[in-house]
Amino acid sequence: MNLFIDQMINGISVGSVYALVALGYTMVYGIVKLINFAHGDIIMVSSYFLMVFLRKAGLPFPLAILLSVALSGALGAIVEKLAYKPLRGAPRINVLITAIGVSILLQNVFAWVFKQDNPASMPALLDGAINIGGVSISKISVLTILVSVILMVTLSLLIKYTKMGKAMRAVSEDSGAAALMGINVDTTVSATFIIGSALAAVAGVLFASTYRLINPFMGSDFGLKAFIAAVLGGIGIIPGAMIGGFIMGVVESLAKGYVSTIFADTIVFTILIVILIFKPSGLLGKNIKEKV
Amino acid sequence: MLLEVNDIGITFGGLRAVMGFNMGVDKDEIVGLIGPNGAGKTTVFNLLTGVYTPTEGKIIFDQKDITGKKTNVINNLGIARTFQNIRLFKSMSVIDNVKVAYNQNMKYNELQGVFKFGLYKKEEAELHEKALNLLDVFGLKGEAEENAGNLPYGKQRKLEIARALGTGPKLLLLDEPAAGMNPSETAELMEIIRLVKDKFRVSILLIEHDMSLVMNICERLYVLDYGSLIASGPPEEIKNNQDVISAYLGE
Amino acid sequence: MAFYKKQFGLISAAVILILLVLFRYLGIIDDYYITIIDLVFINIILAVSLNLTIGFLGQLALGNAGFMAIGAYTSAILTTYLKLPPILLFPVAVLCSGVLAVLSSLIVGIPSLRLKGDYLAIITLGFGEIIKNIITGLKITGGARGYKGIMNYNTDFETNAYVNMIVLYLFAGLTVFVISNFTKSRHGRVIKSIRDNEIASEASGVNIMYYKLLGFSMSAFFAGVAGSLYAHHNGILAANKFDFNYSIEMVIMVVLGGMGNIKGSIAAAIFLTFLPQLLSSFSDKRMLFYSILLIIVMLVKNKNYPFLKIDFYKKRLLGR
Repeated sequence: MNLFIDQMINGISVGSVYALVALGYTMVYGIVKLINFAHGDIIMVSSYFLMVFLRKAGLPFPLAILLSVALSGALGAIVEKLAYKPLRGAPRINVLITAIGVSILLQNVFAWVFKQDNPASMPALLDGAINIGGVSISKISVLTILVSVILMVTLSLLIKYTKMGKAMRAVSEDSGAAALMGINVDTTVSATFIIGSALAAVAGVLFASTYRLINPFMGSDFGLKAFIAAVLGGIGIIPGAMIGGFIMGVVESLAKGYVSTIFADTIVFTILIVILIFKPSGLLGKNIKEKV
Repeated sequence: MLLEVNDIGITFGGLRAVMGFNMGVDKDEIVGLIGPNGAGKTTVFNLLTGVYTPTEGKIIFDQKDITGKKTNVINNLGIARTFQNIRLFKSMSVIDNVKVAYNQNMKYNELQGVFKFGLYKKEEAELHEKALNLLDVFGLKGEAEENAGNLPYGKQRKLEIARALGTGPKLLLLDEPAAGMNPSETAELMEIIRLVKDKFRVSILLIEHDMSLVMNICERLYVLDYGSLIASGPPEEIKNNQDVISAYLGE
Repeated sequence: MAFYKKQFGLISAAVILILLVLFRYLGIIDDYYITIIDLVFINIILAVSLNLTIGFLGQLALGNAGFMAIGAYTSAILTTYLKLPPILLFPVAVLCSGVLAVLSSLIVGIPSLRLKGDYLAIITLGFGEIIKNIITGLKITGGARGYKGIMNYNTDFETNAYVNMIVLYLFAGLTVFVISNFTKSRHGRVIKSIRDNEIASEASGVNIMYYKLLGFSMSAFFAGVAGSLYAHHNGILAANKFDFNYSIEMVIMVVLGGMGNIKGSIAAAIFLTFLPQLLSSFSDKRMLFYSILLIIVMLVKNKNYPFLKIDFYKKRLLGR
């Protein structure tokens, strides 16, 4: 029973991080119909930024976190401007190949720059655990879950009520019509990339502070699972990404606890195939056909 | 009746795009489907070709119920179409665009295709001839080896019609064939449509905004407004129909 | 003369193969280069077959190393445990490798290819990683320690003369022949039409699901065969050889050689196999180099970055 509770808490904590990353995938997919392969690597980038600010520059935690999230968000937007925007209207496979290229580029640039400390260790953000009804939960897990939930709620409100949020929904529905209505599509796309990347950066900070070890290639595996979470919930649907993230985290954690670490990934992957067979539009998705 | 549409309708997330729609097309007939923008004309085409599945009603084609059948199956049964925003195989040659259409009636299998034996040589030679003859009808023989994407607009429209005919249809659906054409091109197009009907023995159902074309070549018209049929009949009758005039001009 | 002109590709390929075999047995090429040359042929099979999926079908597949791994381990296990006459053993193993790769490609392809969108890319990416995990986790594959003592071209030539690198050369030739003829047949034409416009293709009566699966599984078949040939070339197998980076190297070969260009894939496979072997300093930076190459090729292709094109400088420097 103890194992079960531990795995559940662990799963929810990891799942909330998946959810943050899945949000970025889903937002970008919703707006430019691109699987942004480089999105997962933003987690890695923000972890390394954080490590540098803390260990090399000696900045205090809050400032270091703020800076790494801001820089990672900017990086997401820069990638979009330089690599994806020029390919609007090109065959989709070309954009996809570019995205893969950007992902590998980020991984290998960081592997090259941080050759000596690879993998690098992180200072602790929060130590210790709290005790709730006889179950001990690490403080960092509590923080992770809290921060993720707060961010998700904020994002939902942002998309529902602000002008920028309305613009995002309009562009994802029909970018041509949105442009005719006076919405600046380029700005909206950039904003989407910044917000999505910043969320992934927060995920990176939380992840790095939990596991305390980072390496340049950690983003791709993490990104893949977050993407599966986005598909599970229904790609392009914001609440779907959150639900998908939590389910993924819990399933993976239980599989690791009760089956085996090596086959946990296989189980997670099997889920993806099963969804695509039976409900390709995801748990919250509706089947919509392409316009002809 | 070649095509019989009985009370079809479709709902998109609460919006009833088409409802209670009835129509028919006879053998050797040219029928027009008209109506203001957003009336649901292209949606009707998408329902007829299986791009959308109707949420209500039945479509009978050539005595067979084709409601809910897949797009490619409906094409195999004899309904071919063109698209409002031209959809060609842009990086392929003009002749290959047409050859793809003939594929469904060819017999040689994958192994014969790879090792070039059996029916391969005979069928490919016949195909080449057939495709060239078809292009010739549309004055595209000279551009057979060019990239379809490099053709001027008017010729792209013609190639799309040629490709649709290559599938050997009994009914041809044309979605705004004259869109973007000048009056002389439109006049030429009218000749082509008449020629196609006689030479290929197909019935034609077309969506068009160009009233001179519609009034000139259509034997009967259906008028759609807000997803419902508001009038049908021969062009002279439609021209003077009060409902139609108010739908076009607004109340 | 006319025959020579028409069959130029076939004849020159035959001449190169005969020379290679001759040089090899006369000991003119030393073993180091022979190993590289064998790898070149394996990579030609991989690049040309992946081009069918990427260049002709227009779908991105990122897990061909996974199909290759399935082929490699199938062949390794079969040749170890299967008791067959020597003349049959090797061909049966190669064939089974291809068939098993096809079966797994259907498991991956059926759920993802019937959907619109780029699900194949992400599913194949995951698939490649999973295959690697499964191989590491299983006993019969030797787990993390790898699979040793596979029948190979160098040591087992006396006991089974059919396990022979000539088979590898012939298979590479066969792959190029089959795929280039396939793309020119009616089936290949249909596959290209799906790449260009799926909706129009379906409206022209094409069963797109069938043809997508046909192209994708054919590509997997040859990747499986390449895996089998690699197993017998190497003699030992390690699961982490078939990682994401190897899948990406195949994509690079296709992209650099030109999507839909079979000769280009062959040239790129030769170039990119020799390069890291000859330049050891390049070898460890190669993923960095490859990723930049991928991005640049795609951007140049789309012509939105004029300063990446030679014409841009020609015009400026030479005046018009």
